[in-house]
Amino acid sequence: MNNVFVYCEIDEGKVADVSLELLTKGRKLADDLKCQLEAVVIGSNLKGVEKQIIPYGVDMVWIADDKRLYPFTTLPHTSIVVKLFQEQKPQIALMGATCIGRDLGPRVSSALHSGLTADCTSLEIGDHEDKKAKKSYKDLLYQIRPAFGGNIVATIVNPECRPQMATVREGVMKKQILSDAYKGKVKNLEVEQYVKPEDFVVSVIERHMEKSKVNIKNAGIIVSGGYGVGSKENFNLLYELADVIGAEVGASRAAVDAGYAEHERQIGQTGVTVRPKLYIACGISGQIQHTAGMEESSMVIAINTDPNAPINQVADYVITGDIATVVPKMIKYYKENTK
Amino acid sequence: MRMKGLKIVVLAKQVPDTRNVGKDAMKADGTVNRAALPAIFNPEDLNALEQALRLKDKYEGTEVTLLTMGPGRAAEIIREGLYRGADNGYLLSDRAFAGSDTLATSYALSCAIKQMGKVDVIIAGRQAIDGDTAQVGPQVAEKLGMPQITYAEEVVGVEKAKVTVKRRLENGVEVVEGALPMMITVNASAPECRPRNAKYVMKYKHARAVSEMQNVAEDYIALHNNRPYLHIGEWSVNDIETKEEELGLSGSPTKVKSIENVVFQAKEAKVLEPTDGDMDELMKELIANHTIG
Repeated sequence: MNNVFVYCEIDEGKVADVSLELLTKGRKLADDLKCQLEAVVIGSNLKGVEKQIIPYGVDMVWIADDKRLYPFTTLPHTSIVVKLFQEQKPQIALMGATCIGRDLGPRVSSALHSGLTADCTSLEIGDHEDKKAKKSYKDLLYQIRPAFGGNIVATIVNPECRPQMATVREGVMKKQILSDAYKGKVKNLEVEQYVKPEDFVVSVIERHMEKSKVNIKNAGIIVSGGYGVGSKENFNLLYELADVIGAEVGASRAAVDAGYAEHERQIGQTGVTVRPKLYIACGISGQIQHTAGMEESSMVIAINTDPNAPINQVADYVITGDIATVVPKMIKYYKENTK
Repeated sequence: MRMKGLKIVVLAKQVPDTRNVGKDAMKADGTVNRAALPAIFNPEDLNALEQALRLKDKYEGTEVTLLTMGPGRAAEIIREGLYRGADNGYLLSDRAFAGSDTLATSYALSCAIKQMGKVDVIIAGRQAIDGDTAQVGPQVAEKLGMPQITYAEEVVGVEKAKVTVKRRLENGVEVVEGALPMMITVNASAPECRPRNAKYVMKYKHARAVSEMQNVAEDYIALHNNRPYLHIGEWSVNDIETKEEELGLSGSPTKVKSIENVVFQAKEAKVLEPTDGDMDELMKELIANHTIG
């Protein structure tokens, strides 16, 4: 009772990375709270799935295995999670901020009347005082996220309602196995007792999934462009530089919104979080919305016409100049010096 | 058998344009200057409206109603919707809704929708750009006991009381179908909304909600009395059935503990000029310390 729960997403028999990252974070939160970490897995053909989960320090794995539960549809997964949470009364429940987690999370939070904070960039345990109501709360989950287009960072708490729910994007937390020898229990749920026939009102009639061709998450070097790049044509310069130095191309939200780059290249709070050894920011002003997704890069080079652009404050090298001048020179001198 | 028209509600929100945060958007003390941000029709709600209008084009007798919650000036986006082909709209506006988190917002919206009688389809944008939570659509659906299809790119059609929807997910597409009534939330990858139609602009340019009518000339009131379609419906908390404790701050499980305006910590950066010399040096340095190459 009153433990930390993580909803684990399944993709072709594998637990999604984002879920493993949340288990790693969940273990830490459970240690801080001196409680247990539990996982929920819902899908089909899940035999042995706990082997992927328990090593992250999971004390209990709840499994709902039924061929109607994969691929994901909202209502049956909601029914199972809601009933399980009513029985087990978790104090914290975490989900990935994915198409699944962002579909399921709000539905569960509405059914349980518990608060949900989307796209958290940090989760911590701390106390809270409600000065108006003169009440103090111990050991709440601080759900920290940028808001208002990234101009502010808000810390959200759910003082009264349980579970305290949060979603987190893939790549924001680090994933780390605690011990391959960790001992956890497994409990298989009687699916019939958790779902209703009318939960299956929506059916998937076609599915075409493809692995993303773009892999910015694991790239060692990223050349990233913002709105300041100015056009799709100018973006080609970034592809040239990336090609020459062996990098991937990323983009800020403004550049994606402007149609300069595909959405899967988006870095930042609403995109991917990256930690490359070198991040070259071209024409990116550097709102926190963006820097939240790249500030852990080992080295940052900022190229911007504005000498006061906020990105310069997280940069190791600042080049004040125009992309169309600077990038071709970088290509030229890289080639000359590696000859 | 010819299907009779659908009753569609489009949920829309007026939002500050956080995508165009210019230099004036931050005050000298580093806080957000909300007044400097223009208020716009939330972009994905426009994608949602387009899907509703396409269903209206396809199925005769379909009625598209906009619903928004916000201050009096949010009636602007209802007019925007009327200009593009929506049939009518409601503004839900009351101090009692102030301070609502997504759950209290969803509760108020669901109470307003119940007031509208039988609804076949609710269509909303996936998320609003001022919060990016994507929670209101699914939470409204849950409050109404309605199934949901999120991340829609195209509402393909409605047949035999079943709706077929193409969804765009992180790494692929999915086609799903489900029985009406249904909540559908629409992605930015869906087609853009059609532009304003001159005919509708002429027809609705004087459409106003009650709270916009307080300081208008007498002849304006006469105009509204003669043309009832110029009334934008406006509901306060007294016009819909709600439980007070579910509204506003008291109906919001999440509380904002603290807000920090973003102030960057400066670190010592090496400043380079875009000259050949500096670029040559930079590349030599990066190659020498094995950062690249």
